[in-house]
Amino acid sequence: MFRTRSVLVYLAATAAALAQAPPDKIAALEAAVQSAQTSGDNAWMLTSSALVLLMTGPGLALFYSGLVRRKNVLGTMMQSFILMALVSVLWALFGYSLAFGEGSPFIGDLRYLMLGGVEGAPMPDYAATIPHQTFMLFQLMFAIITPGLICGAYAERMKFSAMVLFSALWLILVYCPMAHMVWGKGGMFNAFLGGSIPAFDFAGGTVVHITSGVSALVCALVMGKRKGYGSEPMKPHSMVLSFIGACLLWVGWFGFNAGSALGSGSLATSAFAATHFGAAAATLGWVLMEWMRNGKPSVLGGISGAVAGLVAITPASGFVKPMPALIIGFTAGVVCYLMCSVIKSKFGYDDSLDAFGVHGAGGTLGAILTGVFATNAINSALKGSDGKPLPLGLVDGNGGQVINQVMASAMAWGLALVGTFIILKIVDAVVGLRVTNEQEYEGLDISMHGEEGYNFEA
Amino acid sequence: MKKVEAIIQPFKLEEVKEALKNIGIDGMTVTEVRGHGRQKGHKEIYRGQEYMVDLLPKVKIELVIADPRLNEVVHTLTSAARTGKIGDGKIFVYDVADAVRIRNDDRGESAL
Repeated sequence: MFRTRSVLVYLAATAAALAQAPPDKIAALEAAVQSAQTSGDNAWMLTSSALVLLMTGPGLALFYSGLVRRKNVLGTMMQSFILMALVSVLWALFGYSLAFGEGSPFIGDLRYLMLGGVEGAPMPDYAATIPHQTFMLFQLMFAIITPGLICGAYAERMKFSAMVLFSALWLILVYCPMAHMVWGKGGMFNAFLGGSIPAFDFAGGTVVHITSGVSALVCALVMGKRKGYGSEPMKPHSMVLSFIGACLLWVGWFGFNAGSALGSGSLATSAFAATHFGAAAATLGWVLMEWMRNGKPSVLGGISGAVAGLVAITPASGFVKPMPALIIGFTAGVVCYLMCSVIKSKFGYDDSLDAFGVHGAGGTLGAILTGVFATNAINSALKGSDGKPLPLGLVDGNGGQVINQVMASAMAWGLALVGTFIILKIVDAVVGLRVTNEQEYEGLDISMHGEEGYNFEA
Repeated sequence: MKKVEAIIQPFKLEEVKEALKNIGIDGMTVTEVRGHGRQKGHKEIYRGQEYMVDLLPKVKIELVIADPRLNEVVHTLTSAARTGKIGDGKIFVYDVADAVRIRNDDRGESAL
C-alpha cells in the first residue's frame, strides 16, 4: 500500500539540468510534474474504487443470490446492498478514523472523525500522489465488501435486523482494528509504517478474507443449520446469476488488487498480472479436481475456483511474479475445492455458500504463501539503511517472513473468532439471530422484505 | 369420442404437433409436467453436494377425437414421439361422455 517515486527521481534530474533556469520557473515545472502524476494516479484510483464497489453490487450480490433458493433471492441481494449504504455512513462518521487514524498498534484514533482533515491534499504516509479523500474512498469499498462476504455463511436464515446490527458491530470491532493493524500508520503488522511484526498483505488476505472467512465459520456454527439441511434439496436457484456475478467479481478484483498499488505505475500492472494469472490457474485447479472426482467439470466449480484464486492471490498480488501467481492460484483451486466438498461435509457445518471454505481457507493459504514468494524484484519499497531494497520472502532468502505471515494470519483468525462470537451473542440477546421456522419456510423475500424476486404471473 | 393423453419428451413436442397437424388434428392442450416412470432420474452435484433429480420435465398433450380416428392418432403419436430409449413416455386413452363448445352450445362430436 504505497508507491515508488521514480517520477520524483526524474524530476530531480530535470531540476539539475535546469539549474541555470530561474528558480520560479523550476518551481512551476515541479508543480506541473506533480500535478500530472496526481492526475494519472487519481484517475486510476477513482476507477479502482468504483471497480471495488462493483464487486459488492452487483458482483457479490449476484454470485450469492444465484446460489440460494428462489424464495431468498431478494433477501440475499439486500444483504449486500444494505452494506453499501450502512458501511458508507459508518465509515464517514468514524470508521475511517478507527482504521487509518494513527493510534495504538491495534486501532486508530479519532483524528479523522466525521472525515475531518480528509480532503484534497495527499496523506503522504499512505499515498503521496492522490488526494487523501481518494484513499479514504478506495478503503471504504474494501470495508463494504468484507462484511458482505460473511453473508454467505448465514444465508437464508438470518433476520434482517440482526444482520444489520451484526454488520455494524463487526465493522467496528473486527474490521477496523484489523485494517489498522495491517495497513494503518503505527499498526503492529504494518511492514511499511513501523509495525513491530512486519507482515505483507498487499490487498487484504488477512484484513478482508481471513477476517470474513473465519467469521463466516463462527456464524455458521453459532446460528446452526438451515431447516431441512441435508434432507431437503437446497440447490442453487440460478447458476446464471452466479455466473454473471463471478465474472463481475473477477473484473472488479483488478481494482481491488491493482488499485492497491495506490498509483498507476508498473506495480499496478504487476499486481494486475498476478491477479489474473492467479484466478486463471485456480479455475483450472478446481475444475480438474471436480472432473476427476465427479466425472463432470461444472460451471459452479469453474467460477468458485476463480474466486478462490482471486482470494488467495490478494495478499500476494503486489509482491510476486506471474509464475508464483500461477502456483498460488492452482493450489488455492485444489485446496478450496477440498474444503468445500470434502471437509465441510465431514464436519457437517452449514456454511451455506462456502464463505469459510473459499475466503477463510483461500485467504490463509494466500497470506502464508505471500511470505514464501514475495520478492523485491517486484516490490522494492522496503529499503534498508543503505538504501537498497530489503529481501522480502523466502525466495529472497528471508525465511523468517513466513513466520510473520503466520502471526498476522493468527491474529486475524483470533480476532475474527472471538470478536464474531461475542457480537453474535450480543445481537442474539438484543434482536435474536434467526427468523422463525415459518419465516424460514416462507423465505426471506416475503417474510423480511414483503416482495418476491420473480413474479411470473405479473 | 375418446380422450388421448400423451406424456412425451419435451424436445419431441414440435415433431408431434407437426405430425398431428398433418393428419388434420388441430385442437390440443399442452401442459408442462414433471414425472417419471421406469426411467431413472439424474444426479446433480453442486460443490460436492449431491442431489438426485428423479422427477424429470415432460410434456403432456391432451386431445379429444372421434372414435374412428383413434388408431390413426395413436399411431401418429407413437411414431412422432419415439426415440426408442427409456423415457419416451406413455399414452392413455379414455372414453369421453360429452363435449360442449362454449361459444355456441354445440354438443358431441360437432363440438370438437
